[in-house]
Amino acid sequence: MKLKNIKLFAFASLAFTIISCSDDNDSTMVPITPNFSGTYVQQDQMGRPAINTVFVNSDKKDEFNTTIPSEQGAAFQAMFETNLKALSPAYANMGDKNALGLDTAAFSGVLATDVLSVSLDGTTTFYDGTNVLTGRALADDVITVELLLIFGGEDFTENPSLSDDHVDANDKNFLSSFPYLASPW
Amino acid sequence: MRNTKLTKFLFVISAITVLIAADHIDAPAVSGGTSDITDFYAFQGEDTNNIVFVANIKGLLSPSETMNATFDENTMIEFNIDTNGDSIEDLVIQATPRDGEMYFFGPYAPSSTGLNSTIDTSVTLSKVAITKYGQEPIIGMENNMKCFAGPRDDPFFMDFARYGEIIAGNASGFNNPGSDTFAGTNVLSIVVEVPKSMIGGTGTINTWVESKVRS
Repeated sequence: MKLKNIKLFAFASLAFTIISCSDDNDSTMVPITPNFSGTYVQQDQMGRPAINTVFVNSDKKDEFNTTIPSEQGAAFQAMFETNLKALSPAYANMGDKNALGLDTAAFSGVLATDVLSVSLDGTTTFYDGTNVLTGRALADDVITVELLLIFGGEDFTENPSLSDDHVDANDKNFLSSFPYLASPW
Repeated sequence: MRNTKLTKFLFVISAITVLIAADHIDAPAVSGGTSDITDFYAFQGEDTNNIVFVANIKGLLSPSETMNATFDENTMIEFNIDTNGDSIEDLVIQATPRDGEMYFFGPYAPSSTGLNSTIDTSVTLSKVAITKYGQEPIIGMENNMKCFAGPRDDPFFMDFARYGEIIAGNASGFNNPGSDTFAGTNVLSIVVEVPKSMIGGTGTINTWVESKVRS
């Protein structure tokens, strides 16, 4: 045995002895747990897709992200209504509504409180032709739904060139089982 | 649309914002960092007794960027669940990484609600090794929950580039077919599946996701 190997062997034996010793002292060992202490301060938040990006003015985006949802309606409904009318001028007409039957004040009020409602009793979808806002599934074409609600008028027929981006599905198939999202590119 | 209206439309739009995407790079304070939420999903699982929550961060990753993309140990992703319709969280699920593993706390009732959170380490804990780029997904199964953390294809799709052209006044409408601006890009995903019985059981919940950074 070369000297180097003898040293290694000696070191390994020593290390083993040390480990053995500490094994004998299980009762006094404290498990090493990661540190989760501290205060975690909010930076970003999101309920429904594209709400902050579409309806909030540039200088208010950080503020929107750090206003709790229960206070967003009071703080942002008026801005949402202004921006909704600007996006889709038909909303400025008296009595104009979208396909949900919501006029500009009601729709902007719904949008400004940025939470996603989810049904615990069945189909979960942003919109599937029957169910409305019962969740958000991966394959839901949420942008077209939002464009329709903004531009499509009472029966989804208005402004057809603006109410569908004609990208209707993801670039990879989703999985039927957990974790559902497709493998990365 | 009459001309005056069109002019007004374009003026106001340019004053409003440039739309980035679902929530990708939505605001200056978070733009593209590890606390920038790109998307949020909540849907019934393959097992219909369960609800799945998905939070994605760090959008628009190319494959080579994905290899080096990591979760930040100072960032916590918090799923908020309101079970009584007041848009205040009654339950949270908190996810934050330590040393290659994603830790999930809850669902549990937080000691305080709102912008500042702490982690109660005495509550239900689940964890899973963070899946590396190119690896098969590692699925954690504890406490009747499933959990995952790692890179995935960005599930969001939209002709964002064309939308930008419309907003800028360079186009009058979308193309048919459109072009998915997010094709070929990845995100970092956190996926957790929980029994409905742990988040209200029946009825409708309101839910949203937050990123919070340790101060």
